Amino acid sequence: MILALQATAAAPSTAIGQPNTVAMVFFVLFIAITLAITLWAARRTHTTEHFYAAGRSISAGQNGFALAGDYMSAASFLGIAGLVSTTGFDGLIYSTGWLVGWPVVLFLIAEPLRNLGKYTFTDVVALRLRQKPVRIAAAIGTLATVILYLIAQMVGAGGLIKLMFGLEYETAIVIVGAAMIAYVLFGGMLATTWVQIVKAGLLLSGALILALLVLARFNMNPAALFAAAAAKYGDGVLNPGKLVSNPLDTISLGMALMFDTAGLPHILMRFYTVPDAKAARKSVFYATGLIGFFYLLTFVLGFGAMVLVGPDAIKAVDKGGNMAAPLLAEFLGGTPFLGFIAAVAFATILAVVAGLTLSGAAALSHDLWVNVVRHGEASGGEELKVARVATVLLGIIAVVLGITFKGQNVAFMVSLAFAIAASGNFPALLLSIFWRRLTTAGAVSSMVFGTVATLVLIYLSPTIQVDILKHTSAWFPLKNPALLTIPLSFAIGMGVSLLSSAAPVEAGMSAHDRRMVLGD
Amino acid sequence: MAQDHDALRDLAAARDRIAVALTATMIAVYFGFIALIAYDRPLLAKMVAPGLTLGILLGAAVIVVSWLLTYFYVRWTNTHYDDQLAKLGAATGRSSTEAP
Repeated sequence: MILALQATAAAPSTAIGQPNTVAMVFFVLFIAITLAITLWAARRTHTTEHFYAAGRSISAGQNGFALAGDYMSAASFLGIAGLVSTTGFDGLIYSTGWLVGWPVVLFLIAEPLRNLGKYTFTDVVALRLRQKPVRIAAAIGTLATVILYLIAQMVGAGGLIKLMFGLEYETAIVIVGAAMIAYVLFGGMLATTWVQIVKAGLLLSGALILALLVLARFNMNPAALFAAAAAKYGDGVLNPGKLVSNPLDTISLGMALMFDTAGLPHILMRFYTVPDAKAARKSVFYATGLIGFFYLLTFVLGFGAMVLVGPDAIKAVDKGGNMAAPLLAEFLGGTPFLGFIAAVAFATILAVVAGLTLSGAAALSHDLWVNVVRHGEASGGEELKVARVATVLLGIIAVVLGITFKGQNVAFMVSLAFAIAASGNFPALLLSIFWRRLTTAGAVSSMVFGTVATLVLIYLSPTIQVDILKHTSAWFPLKNPALLTIPLSFAIGMGVSLLSSAAPVEAGMSAHDRRMVLGD
Repeated sequence: MAQDHDALRDLAAARDRIAVALTATMIAVYFGFIALIAYDRPLLAKMVAPGLTLGILLGAAVIVVSWLLTYFYVRWTNTHYDDQLAKLGAATGRSSTEAP
C-alpha cells in the first residue's frame, strides 16, 4: 500500500505523467538551494563531530523541524493521504501509531541518549559492555533498517518521478543518489539537517495550503467533509475497515508503529546534534507538535481527495493510491499547484534518504571500522575518511538496489525496516539505559534475535507468502510480528543477562547513572 | 557531600518515575484506542455529530493527548528538574568517575 507505485495508464483528465514545467522549476530550485546549503556546510565540516553531529550546534527548534523532516517521509505524506482516500478511517491507525512513538522517545530515550552517547545509539548500548560484539550486533540492526528503508524510498522515488515529471526511472534513481551523496559527503550532518528543515517547512506549508483549500469548500468544518464522504461512499469510510480485520493483527501493528520510532537509527542520531540533553528534550516536544499537526492535515487531505477526486480516479493513476494528494492538488489549483506538490514530494524523499545514508555511514565507520576493526584506536581524520567512503558506498548500493527492485512491490520493506527498529534496536537500547544487570551476552542476543526473528517471521507471514508469493496461506498468521518479537526481545535480553552474570550489582548511584542525568 | 549525592539520586529517581508514569499513560491511551478498533467496532461507529464518528474523534484525541503529555513533561522538567539538576551537578562534581 504505502509507496507501492504501480502506474497504470494515466487517466486522460490529469496532467500527471506528463513533464510539468512548474514541477521542474520548483524541483531545480530545491536542488539549487540545498546544494548551496551543502557548499556552506562543507566549509564548516572538518571533524567527525561536525560530520556526524553538526558540531552539536543545532538548536532545539531547528532539531524539532529536522526530526519532523526525517520522520515525515513520502510514506506519511503520499501513503497516508492515499490510504485515507481509498479506505477512509484506516489511515488514522497509522497516523496515531506513528505519533504516539514520539512521547515515548521523549520520556525514555532522548535525554539519556544525549548524555551517554557520542554519535550513534550503539555508543549507549556498548557503553558498559564489551565493545566488539555489541557494536557488530547493533551495526547489523542499523544497516538492516537503513538499507531496507532506503530500497523502499528509492523505488518510490523512481516511480514517483517517472509519474510526475515523465523522466526515465533509472535517470530518476541516479539523480536522487547523486544529490543525496553530495549532501552527506560534503556537508555531513549540518547540510543534512538544513535539507530536512527546508523540506519540513515545504511539506508542512504545502499540506496546510491543500487542507485549507479543501476545508474552504466545506465551511471550514472537517465534520462536513466527513459527512460528504459518508453520503457518497457510505458510513463505512468513517469506521475501521478491511485493513485490520483480525484483532491480534491490529494490536501487533499498533505495537510496531508505537515502538519503531525509538529504534530508528537516523532519528536517534539527531539527538547528538544539539548542545545538551535539555535541547534534545525540547526538540522532541517541537517535533511531536509538528508531526501530530501534519497527520491531522493528511487525514483532511485523504478525505478531501476521496470526496473531490474519488477513489476510482485515484486508483486509475496509481493502484496503491499514492497519487491522492497530487491529484487533489491538481483538482484544487491546476497544473501549477500539482507541480509544487510534486516537487515537495520529491524533496521529501531526497531528504529522508540523505538522513538514512548518514546514519548508515556512521554505523559502518564509527561502529564497525573504528570500534571493531581498529579497536577504538583510529584517528579522527581516518574516521572521517572512512565515513566519507562509506557514504559513497551506501549511495551506490542504494542506486543499484533501487534499479534492481524496479517495478517490485516494496511497500512491505518499510514495515520490515520499522519492525526491525522496534524489535532489534529498541529493546536493547532501553535495557542498556535503565537496567544495570544487562550483560554483553544479553544485549547481543536481544539484538540478534529481534532482527533475525523479524526477518524470518515476516518472510513466513501473509505479507510475503500471500501478497507477494501468491500462496493461499501463510505459516505465520500475523502480518506484523511485533506482538511476538518485541516482548521476546526484552525477555531474551533479560534472561540471557541473568544467566550470564552472577556478579552483584553495586549499591547506590553508579557512574553510568550519574552521567545519564548530568552528561559529561 | 553525601547528602547532595542522595539528593541527586532522588531527583533522578523522581524523573524516572514521572517518565514511566507518562509512558504508561501514553501506552494505555493508544492501546485503549487500538483495543476498541480490534474488539468494539459498533461503539466506534456511533455518530457524535453529523459526519463525526466516535472513532474519528478518539483518533484525534489520541493525537491531542500525545501533545498534552509531552507538554506536561517539558513543563515539569523546565520548572522543577533543570534547576535542581544544575545545583546538584555542581555540588557533587561534574566528573562522572567519582563514586558516591
